[in-house]
Amino acid sequence: MRIARFSRRNPTIVLGAMILVVVVLVALAAPWITGDPVLLIPADRLLPPGAKYWLGTDHLGRDIYARTVHGARISLLVGVTVAALSVIIGLGIGLAAGYWRRVDAIVMRFMDGLMAIPAILLAIALVSLNKASVSIVIIAITIPEIPRVVRLVRSVVLTVREMPYIEAAVSGGSRGQKIVLRHILPSTIAPLIVQATYITASAILIEAGLSFLGAGVPPEIPTWGNMIAQSRLFVARAPWTVFAPGTALAMVILAVNLVGDGLRDFLDVRLARRM
Amino acid sequence: MTGTILRRLLSMLPVMGIVAICVFLLLHLAPGDPASIIAGENATPENIARIRTQLGLDQPVWKQFLVWLVALVQGDLGTSMFWGDPVSSLIAQRAEPTVSLAITTLLVAVFLAISIGVLAAAKAGSWIDRLVMGFAVLGFSVPVFVVGYVLIFVFAINLKWLPVQGYSPIADGLVLWLRNLVLPSIALGMAYVALIARITRTTMLDVLAEDYMRTARAKGVATRSMLFRHALKNAAVPIATIIGNGIALLIGGVVITETVFNIPGIGRLVVDAIARRDYPIIQGVIMVFSGVYVLVNLLVDLSYTLFDPRVRG
Repeated sequence: MRIARFSRRNPTIVLGAMILVVVVLVALAAPWITGDPVLLIPADRLLPPGAKYWLGTDHLGRDIYARTVHGARISLLVGVTVAALSVIIGLGIGLAAGYWRRVDAIVMRFMDGLMAIPAILLAIALVSLNKASVSIVIIAITIPEIPRVVRLVRSVVLTVREMPYIEAAVSGGSRGQKIVLRHILPSTIAPLIVQATYITASAILIEAGLSFLGAGVPPEIPTWGNMIAQSRLFVARAPWTVFAPGTALAMVILAVNLVGDGLRDFLDVRLARRM
Repeated sequence: MTGTILRRLLSMLPVMGIVAICVFLLLHLAPGDPASIIAGENATPENIARIRTQLGLDQPVWKQFLVWLVALVQGDLGTSMFWGDPVSSLIAQRAEPTVSLAITTLLVAVFLAISIGVLAAAKAGSWIDRLVMGFAVLGFSVPVFVVGYVLIFVFAINLKWLPVQGYSPIADGLVLWLRNLVLPSIALGMAYVALIARITRTTMLDVLAEDYMRTARAKGVATRSMLFRHALKNAAVPIATIIGNGIALLIGGVVITETVFNIPGIGRLVVDAIARRDYPIIQGVIMVFSGVYVLVNLLVDLSYTLFDPRVRG
């Protein structure tokens, strides 16, 4: 009954989560539910969606259904890994900066500078200096997300550290490290959960953008971004080649955003922000 | 006032200095050997050595940093490895399309976003409000290039109302210039409109709940004047802030939009540089775009004095 009430009150979380669960299951089951995503069948070029190829084929005769399903793997992997990494690193830096004044001045100036660099350009620069690989793409997207987490955590720490219970802990003889970990850290969890969902959405978006621009994972791995890039010249003749991965991409990001907005209301955090 | 502006302009310098350090560190902390990666798969050792000299990578790190900083202060962004021209002049040559696209998008998006945000707040809970909020989530979720191809497919290929791709300089006529910018501006502006409309609605709802708004209504101020003269002015600071922060969306989006619509601007310059591993161009464009971001946010800070006399002091 509690589940029924929760879904009635938070329809967006439930709808978003349901879409995501389906996408995750499909991505995990990809090798068993689709054919080969990189197999070229030149005779079957640019076929419209039909019984043999559910979502049609691209200009090289590759199965778009297989490629779209496999593309979900990269998007989800990058989205979740970037969110986890940037939250962990940003949390550490933010706690230190918020609590210890001396660290604060230097770290925050550095974060301001990093925030001024457009995320996608920073990622392009990092990727272009390294051999294309999934881990470089993850690192390149994580770095620009870190300052956003640091700012969020720092603002929580700055509010909490003035609370009477912190003063009580200090006068009770607790040391800085213990105060930060035991008394301040818990307050950052709710806003970080929401921020992590927004980072997931933004990471999926940037990964797709990088793949689209040719600065992403190696082109032989199918991703939604590079599928669109490779098919873009055929959009007039074979719109499904662009719209199948495009719809998948928009749907997944929408689902993550719905969960984020729902959690933001449910956990009642105002600090987590998209920009 | 002039003093404030000057002081704020000077405060840009440390931020830009840190941007310069970050960009410098990117090249020098990269795990591999940048010279051999830039040279490509089949490079000869001589080739790699030449690139290393060209980028100054054979010098000690502190010296490289000083050289890069001194050049930067003089407005020298380095030399393109593919074109052999100074990066700053390559950027200047391609500025017109990018500036046109950014400005048309900015103007239309801000006007549209504030209008629908105010409308949604005024009719909170109605179907109009739900429509605007639905758009706000959707607009933030559909990538620029997906919107772009949908627009091209519907309005350029099927309906043939607008050109498919390309750019026409202002010098060749205003109408042609505008016709080429319509679709790219919509694609680029979508997420920006969503972001601003959402903040406008939230802030307006807070302001409309204030006592002075009830007073205004009680003394018989017309609804339109109440919304725009009384409420919007008090909601202006958060809205201006998000307009400034959101510029990051436009700057990042420009790179992708120019690729989708084949616009020969600064974004295309970067994308072409990726394939050619022309690192000085990427580095130079990062510096310019970051500078624009910092400058716009400075202007936003200064604009607070227009809305809120308390900030003037």
